[in-house]
Amino acid sequence: MFQLYFTFLKIGSLMLGGGYSMLPLLVRELVDKKKWTTEEELLNYFSVAQCTPGVIAVNTATFVGYKLKGIWGAILATLGIITVPFALIVLIAVALSSVWEYQLVQNIFAGVRIAVAALIISAVIRLFSKSIKDWFSVLLCVAAFALMVFAGVSPIFIVLGAAIVALVWGRVKP
Amino acid sequence: MITLLYLFLEFFKTGLFSIGGGLATIPYLNQMADRYGWITHQQLGNIIAIAESTPGPIGVNAATYIGYEAYGLVGAFVATIALILPSVIVCVIVAQMLAKFSKSKVVEHLFRGLRPVAIGLIAAAGWSVFKLATAFNLQLSPASFIISIPALVIFVVFLVAMQLKPLSKLHPLVYIVIGGIAGAILQL
Repeated sequence: MFQLYFTFLKIGSLMLGGGYSMLPLLVRELVDKKKWTTEEELLNYFSVAQCTPGVIAVNTATFVGYKLKGIWGAILATLGIITVPFALIVLIAVALSSVWEYQLVQNIFAGVRIAVAALIISAVIRLFSKSIKDWFSVLLCVAAFALMVFAGVSPIFIVLGAAIVALVWGRVKP
Repeated sequence: MITLLYLFLEFFKTGLFSIGGGLATIPYLNQMADRYGWITHQQLGNIIAIAESTPGPIGVNAATYIGYEAYGLVGAFVATIALILPSVIVCVIVAQMLAKFSKSKVVEHLFRGLRPVAIGLIAAAGWSVFKLATAFNLQLSPASFIISIPALVIFVVFLVAMQLKPLSKLHPLVYIVIGGIAGAILQL
């Protein structure tokens, strides 16, 4: 049981930058080293984790933990994955608030934000070219963007509205 | 105390409605910056950079940071737990009917519609970070702002580099560090 926690603690402290970087680590730790699951099963969890709400890494940890040890496994695996990141971010928040007045720090972060903007737009380009294949999807994507940017509609209503449209459309044109 | 309650509710909502991973939480974080005094939009840009360059899921990192800014260590804890709670609940339920879930027509239809919307929402979040990163004297009106030319040039160089073959494989951290150095040298 605690092995489960520490394995996910390790994965959580090694994964840099979001859920997608987690898969190779999971394969190495859970399939190659611990032999708790197969690669195929893991891929299955991973693809479902992308279709369930929330952070992909947390979802994957919950699935794997649940399959191995039930509800406590799910909780321990999830806590494992967030322990190190949590501690680290608190430390950074403390450190950053004490150096924030320095002009140099503000200049650095002004540059960093440009990189972040480019990273997000780049991710959008990648996701768009990978998963938007018909006019219905283009329309939904553009509508979501426009409603949020120009009309200031809350993303929750956009997601709920899209869910309804998608279900109706699925019935009309399967 | 009331702040903690709002933190919990906002991050629970974020966890429940963000579909497609950590980046999908950004539109909700953006909305929090609009509504509450927990963080500014500028800070949100910094937080995303920090989340991208430290270990752990981006959404979780952002929740911890915003929670800390809003209500110290307790706030960090409440925000983080609130973000992951809906995931854990939904995933435990889904895990019991995994085979059914992945073959269900309804789920398939739902995600055919939700995936493009998630991308549109991430694009909207990207737009607001872009404005923040490249504008002088930022006025938060949606349409008009004055662009700083050096910042725009750096942005375009980054974006083009990220699409080109060997460079597109570089870790985000590399771009974040280069951006930071450019910011320090050019005094952006």
